[in-house]
Amino acid sequence: MNVSRRHLGLLATALASPARADASDWPAVEARARGQSVAFNAWAGDEKTNAFITWAAERVRASYDVELRHVRLRDTSEAVTRVVAERSAGRDTNGAVDLIWLNGPNFLALKQQGFLLRFADTLPNFALVDTAGKPATVTDFTIPVDGLAAPWRMAQIVFIHDSARVPLPPRSMKAMLDFAATHRGRLAHPTARNFLGATFLKQALYELTPDRSVLRSPADDSAFVTATAPLWTWYDALRPHLWRQGTQFPEGGPATRNLLNDGEIDLMISFNPSEAALAITSGLLPPTVRSYVLDGGTIGNASFVAIPGNAAQPGAACVVANFLLSPEAQARAQNPAILGATTVLDLQKLTVADRRRFEDLPRGPGMLTNAELGHTLAEPHPSWMTRIVAEWDRRTSAA
Amino acid sequence: MRLSLDAITLRAGGRLLFAPLSLTVTPGQPTTLMGPSGSGKSSLLAYICGTLAPGLHGAGIVRLDSQEITRLAPERRSVGILFQDDLLFPHLSVGANLGFGLKPGPGRRARIEAALVEAELPGLGDRDPASLSGGQRARISLMRCLLSEPRALLLDEPFSRLDAHLRQRFRRFVFDHAAARNLPVLLVTHDAGDAEAAGGPVQILLSPPAS
Amino acid sequence: MPKALPTALAAGVVALPVLGGLLGTILPAFGILPALGGHHFSLDPWRALLAQPGLGVSVWLSVSTGLAATLISGASVALFCAAFHGTRGFRLAQAAIAPLLATPHVAIAIGLLAIAAPSGLVARAIAPLAGWSTPPDVASVNDAAGISLVLGLVLKEAPYLLLMTLAALNQIPAMRLMAMARSLGQPAPVAFLKIVFPLVYRQIRLPVLAVLAYAMSVVDVAILLGPERRPPLAVLVVRWFFDPDLSKTFPAAAAACLVLICTAAALLIWYAAERALGPLQRFWAASGGRSGAMAIRLGGLALAILLALATLSLAAAAIWSVAGPWRFPNLLPIRFGLASWTAQQASLAAPFRTTLATALAATALALVFSVAALEAVARHGRAARQGLLAFTLLPLLVPQASFLFGVQVALLSLDLDGGWAALIWAHLVFVLPYVLLSLTAPYVALDPRLAHTAACLGASPFRILITVKLPILLRPLLSATAVGVAVSAGQYLATLFAGGGRMATLATEAVTLASGGDRRVMGVFAVAQSLLPIVFFAAALLLPRLVWRRRAALA
Repeated sequence: MNVSRRHLGLLATALASPARADASDWPAVEARARGQSVAFNAWAGDEKTNAFITWAAERVRASYDVELRHVRLRDTSEAVTRVVAERSAGRDTNGAVDLIWLNGPNFLALKQQGFLLRFADTLPNFALVDTAGKPATVTDFTIPVDGLAAPWRMAQIVFIHDSARVPLPPRSMKAMLDFAATHRGRLAHPTARNFLGATFLKQALYELTPDRSVLRSPADDSAFVTATAPLWTWYDALRPHLWRQGTQFPEGGPATRNLLNDGEIDLMISFNPSEAALAITSGLLPPTVRSYVLDGGTIGNASFVAIPGNAAQPGAACVVANFLLSPEAQARAQNPAILGATTVLDLQKLTVADRRRFEDLPRGPGMLTNAELGHTLAEPHPSWMTRIVAEWDRRTSAA
Repeated sequence: MRLSLDAITLRAGGRLLFAPLSLTVTPGQPTTLMGPSGSGKSSLLAYICGTLAPGLHGAGIVRLDSQEITRLAPERRSVGILFQDDLLFPHLSVGANLGFGLKPGPGRRARIEAALVEAELPGLGDRDPASLSGGQRARISLMRCLLSEPRALLLDEPFSRLDAHLRQRFRRFVFDHAAARNLPVLLVTHDAGDAEAAGGPVQILLSPPAS
Repeated sequence: MPKALPTALAAGVVALPVLGGLLGTILPAFGILPALGGHHFSLDPWRALLAQPGLGVSVWLSVSTGLAATLISGASVALFCAAFHGTRGFRLAQAAIAPLLATPHVAIAIGLLAIAAPSGLVARAIAPLAGWSTPPDVASVNDAAGISLVLGLVLKEAPYLLLMTLAALNQIPAMRLMAMARSLGQPAPVAFLKIVFPLVYRQIRLPVLAVLAYAMSVVDVAILLGPERRPPLAVLVVRWFFDPDLSKTFPAAAAACLVLICTAAALLIWYAAERALGPLQRFWAASGGRSGAMAIRLGGLALAILLALATLSLAAAAIWSVAGPWRFPNLLPIRFGLASWTAQQASLAAPFRTTLATALAATALALVFSVAALEAVARHGRAARQGLLAFTLLPLLVPQASFLFGVQVALLSLDLDGGWAALIWAHLVFVLPYVLLSLTAPYVALDPRLAHTAACLGASPFRILITVKLPILLRPLLSATAVGVAVSAGQYLATLFAGGGRMATLATEAVTLASGGDRRVMGVFAVAQSLLPIVFFAAALLLPRLVWRRRAALA
């Protein structure tokens, strides 16, 4: 729609300078937030995360008298659509979304439209974030965050294999093809419409593309064709060997985990280095599963929460975002028995007591050490993900 | 009290059901209207009550003494009716059925008890109507109607469902009570025995004149 | 009060969103949606839609699964009634469908997944015999051809059509017709199909067509049981509508129109088949042939198997909700416990309250509108009834996906989305037709002379309604309430579109979680979602007996 593009373009220019949340007087922000309700739009596919959000809701109710409601999403884009649709319909205040868990293309879409509130860098707890050691906390998929979102957990790609059936899993995407060819139907990746499935393809792109440096810039037509040609050659060879001959794909990470648990597949991708350990303890994966990373390193990123400019309760949303950054919440999230999400904080900036919260955390079975996790690859520019998903959709829908 | 009908006609989709009817009913002289099924007997009574089925159209004036009731809502006409079936309300006790049309006020309970005695069911006000015999139900049905203090009584073949012995008794029961209350009674039937028991004038409902 | 007001109100409450919603879908399909900058007529949305790879497959899947689900549901019910009408098995089936009628589609679909998936109960039962240590790589669910989707729909629609058939059988002298045909030498199953079925079909035709329209545009069941790649068209509509790229809204609207077109086409195909098969049936009935009884009895077993499978699905969902570790190929979990229920307590509470409140409000409104409309009809005759039914049944025949889209656009522009009013109204649109349908027959069957008697005893129309009609109609009113609650509790798409993301019900949460999450949690939500309607159905059965325990004619 040419007309609508132009319309949205104008709208974006008009709103290009983002609104700021005034959090300089933090006690006042907290005081105003009392009794307010925050609609936290968060992907709900993972029970552990849902339980963590439920815990956070109890805590912010007790400490700040803020009602945190988890609006459960099948896909983060649902919340993005809602915000964009509200703005298109002229609803510039009192929107349905107060806080969104997002990153990558969803963040970029809202940032480009100027639909996000600048708040993160004024949060008291933001000072504790390890912005130097974990650059992904301030640069999301090559895009400067500019305080438009607050990081709350680190993520890195790992692969999980059933060591009972596959003692020596493939340690590169090229080796993945050989593995699939000899273990027909025993490998599945989530549909690329899901962020994890898309990341599977991006991981392969990193390894296969002739020049990685182009991934730092937006993907234009010719760069995309050149850079992804080896990816599609590889994928066309891989696909017939996948679960269901590559004609159907699991809906997302948890669905893929079910397949591994049921023994339908032997190997899966995950965005949480602790997922295997967590799943073993809750009986969602057999005790024989192990995590590992690829030899060339794996993609890592940070998860953020953002506040739409038309949020009904931006102040209360700030209180929640600040709580998610607190040592208490971060230590709980990093507990491998709870969520196993690596903290975004710099432990050196914490008080001794707060640091202890992290040092005392138990280690789960089969967890990787920081050394074993190897070096992380930065996310490519979001446009790569968008284009890869579209191209994958075209290829898998047509045949 | 007199019930008079003046040039009553009923039409179903433009078709006249019977020739225009005029008659006057006086107390003690129960009038019987006879006619074959489908001649519009029951619909005529519904017209008098004000409960004519949708799709039928009536004209003509109904009076109680000098008061025209044709334009009144059914519940304001004070015309009682008994049908072939007793139509006791199945969800109400016998006593509550009797009290349904009885105006609130002192002596309500006593009047219901008295009606139960008259219906030969003393003290059975709490009973489920379904537990009564056909004859008992018919008597309660009449007493319920009379307690609502109607100014005229319409009978739509109320005796036809009863067996021969009960029919005799119930006819007497109805006509005696009506006479005691000085009510004009209009009976429609195709049973000559009913007409005979009524003892008043008999009128045949005529087919409409051929157009 | 103008004579036709209640009827017009009931019809308007339902027809306005449907017709308005359709308009709100058709305009963007042709480029017109000012909120998104579409000001001019354009065929671009259709071009974009037609350029979608795999669109043909999706269209074919919608039409084929819709027709197949309807045909199999209808045929299995017809054969079952023919084979077993008047037998003990027939009465058993009547009892078996009650919980299935109460259970929402999603719950049955979740249960079917637990049974039929490659790692499901069936595979676990076969595993020791077949020597499987891992599940077979077979698409026994989410298959590209939509076979499991058809099965999931049939499990829910066949009981519904059986219920409608039972009601229809009560309205015709089935027993006497059967006795007559059998005395003329026709075996019972043959006699049923020759003589009784045509009369029944005339009465259940509308529900059959409603099943077809529903199956053609179902989203929740299709998400659970349909293929992920090249899904049915209605799933694509929702997918594109929730795409962050708002320009997808236009082809999404065109796709929603295409759903409407496909449904119209499927209804036409069905109509043509009726026309073609009618004379054949009459020729057969007149032929005097007596063979086929055995084949019909065999075919009649299909429904028995389907009902058993549906019941088993419910049971499987319930077992998962209390299962501890349960890995393939174990036939049973290692242990049972309420851990999943305790863990979900907090997440269940709010959606449960929203579900209950919405269901009660929508059902109460539907009852008021229905009773008011039926009262008006009772006073003004049949003609009003035809008009009333025609309008209120619109939402059953117009595919949801084609008009809810426009409803959401309208709600958003009016700043009404995500509020209670919008949610309850959206539910009312689907609850009212079912409540009205289930109340109409009992209302019409009520002896008008009861009301006339009460009027002659001096009772006003309002008093007659409150003290005579409604108490006598207590049983059908409670049944209609249960139906209303069940319909509301099962609404996925209506909640999604009208709830604006702020309103989550057990239906939307179940589908959200069911996109592959923990089966135990899916089980918990499936059971929780079924519990509410089942409680209301049980109350509808038991309450009249309790209230009228001293009234033999009503208990």
